[in-house]
Amino acid sequence: MKKMKRFLSIALAALLAAGCLAGCSDSTGSTASGGSDELVFKIGGIGPMTGDAAAYGIAVDRGAQIAVEEINAAGGINGYQVEFKSEDDESDPEKSINAYNTLKDWGMQMLMGTVTSGPCTAVAAETDNDRMFQITPSGTAVESVQNHDNVFRVCFSDPAQGTKSAEYIASKGLAKKIAVIYNSSDIYSSGIYNAFAAEAKNQGLEVVAAEAFTADNKTDFSVQLQKAKDSGAELVFLPIYYQEASAILQQADNMGYKPMYFGCDGLDGLLGVKGFDTSLAEGVMLLTPFAADASDEKTQAFNQAYEEAYGETPIQFAADAYDGIYAIKLAAEKAGITPDMSYSDMCAKMIDAMTQIELDGLTGVDGITWNADGEPNKDPKGVIIENGAYTSMD
Amino acid sequence: MSFLSYLINGISLGSVYAIIALGYTMVYGIAKMLNFAHGDIIMIGAYIVFTCVSTAGMHPALAVLLAVIGCTVLGVLIERVAYRPLRSAASPLAVLITAIGMSYLLQNLALLIFGANTKNFPEIITLPSLSLADGQLNITGTSLLTIGVCVVIMAALMIFIRKTKAGQAMLAVSEDKGAAQLMGINVNGTIALTFAIGSALAAIAGVLLCSAYPSLTPYTGSMPGIRAFVAAVFGGIGSVPGALIGGILLGVIEILGRAYISSQLADAIVFGVLIVVLLVKPTGILGKNIQEKV
Repeated sequence: MKKMKRFLSIALAALLAAGCLAGCSDSTGSTASGGSDELVFKIGGIGPMTGDAAAYGIAVDRGAQIAVEEINAAGGINGYQVEFKSEDDESDPEKSINAYNTLKDWGMQMLMGTVTSGPCTAVAAETDNDRMFQITPSGTAVESVQNHDNVFRVCFSDPAQGTKSAEYIASKGLAKKIAVIYNSSDIYSSGIYNAFAAEAKNQGLEVVAAEAFTADNKTDFSVQLQKAKDSGAELVFLPIYYQEASAILQQADNMGYKPMYFGCDGLDGLLGVKGFDTSLAEGVMLLTPFAADASDEKTQAFNQAYEEAYGETPIQFAADAYDGIYAIKLAAEKAGITPDMSYSDMCAKMIDAMTQIELDGLTGVDGITWNADGEPNKDPKGVIIENGAYTSMD
Repeated sequence: MSFLSYLINGISLGSVYAIIALGYTMVYGIAKMLNFAHGDIIMIGAYIVFTCVSTAGMHPALAVLLAVIGCTVLGVLIERVAYRPLRSAASPLAVLITAIGMSYLLQNLALLIFGANTKNFPEIITLPSLSLADGQLNITGTSLLTIGVCVVIMAALMIFIRKTKAGQAMLAVSEDKGAAQLMGINVNGTIALTFAIGSALAAIAGVLLCSAYPSLTPYTGSMPGIRAFVAAVFGGIGSVPGALIGGILLGVIEILGRAYISSQLADAIVFGVLIVVLLVKPTGILGKNIQEKV
């Protein structure tokens, strides 16, 4: 028995050593071939490809792929081709850091991610330490971008979404009495809610009920809905993600409660929930910088490419990612960077260049500019779900 | 009127807790162990129904039957493989840790097989909802069915324990394992039967839970499982009527607390009440005060 064990341990050790050597020879081989003639920009992406927020991560990955293909077909960035690779983080900060490290091992030079707010805050601290340039397509938490000079974002921040939602509801005269159902354990949701509540006062809107739920209590919404109903709210504001929103719509329907619903970019993806009766989503309004039915040429072309490749209409996250890749391209051209530079040198040049570019993007038709905080300047669009599709309200 | 609506929602939620709590309380009463994998058996049951109805297109009733059978087999298997060999272990902690391990094993198995994506549970209960007082009070068919099923299960279980030989054997084993064995009762068989009943009930609880809140993930069972465990302790662990009272009280406190105190503090309120009850009555509401005889 003892002999057997010893033999086994030697065999295992030998196997391990062999594996190590195999790994070595493999990696030297690939750098040799890549180093001589084919320098490429390696852009990484991190987002939830599985789990509750999977619709966002998948859309971001697809939108980015389309942009990368277009750029490569048109000759790349500064004459170099671009490679894009996504890693799954299940919208979990810990897994997101792991994904970041995996991408660094792959040779990532710039990060176009992460997709959701919580992980984005965690990863931004890492990229700041490493001096890696980062642009998040959809991470909306304030601190993830504003506390780090190397991080920019394509979408609006949480407070900006809350403020703009209140402004929009007031300017369109949608409702006076508003109930809010939000997730108090999530920075995205509570961030929007706080800014919304503050701006609602200025706009003369009355928040008649503000009901919270937490990550551990996100199945039963009967109480929150009943209180919204009792408060006489004409409109329920849902600054939450689509998965919980689908449960809320379902339960409100069971109760026979039919208010207007208004949400932010988190509701984008509602129509894609498997098994959800999408007729319940009819009339739901959301504030998003992108509407797939927009008539401008750029959006039409993007829609067509997306539908050809993936057989569905793109959501805002795909557009954010597309713009994110183009923002990198524009800034990289302005900064004149090349793939043989170290990522920290790239980062320093990209930070300067980002505030000087103006991107004519999908999510800001009149041009998007960035300030030194990393926040974009652009106008939001109101979208309503009609006949099972997102339709522009303006 | 909204108070009534909260109350009915609370009783309906509490009924699900009560059915789950039965599994905890029976196993504890007889095997003197906490089966922390119980919550995850609920989740497995719900996944079986989901797969049968959504993928295989079976009739819901058949799917529920399959889930009950599947969970029963799983429960007995877990007991045989993971718990029975440890029953005579020196420390009672060994089997507790095994139960926690089993819970993670089931969750990760489900993650591997079904993926992390939330599944929308099919609508298999198609009872019309009851509208009272000119539509001011709306009770869903699922709520009514849940409460009804809970009452039927409780009654059936009480009769089973009081009137049948197997039920009497359960009582005997729960009182004194050694003496029961001397009287010719098959202790291992009785414990296996307890696991079988508990797991079958877990499957039913899974169906009811997911019908009321139709999103299914590998972690669906864990939070209701913990709450039901609290309900079992609340009502007096080891007592069948205690599980009913504990479960329903817990559901009502949870919903009313969220409605009238704070929607953010739902869990804090529930667990706060538990602490108060245990301080006043350490064995729970219906718990027996067992004195060790020297």
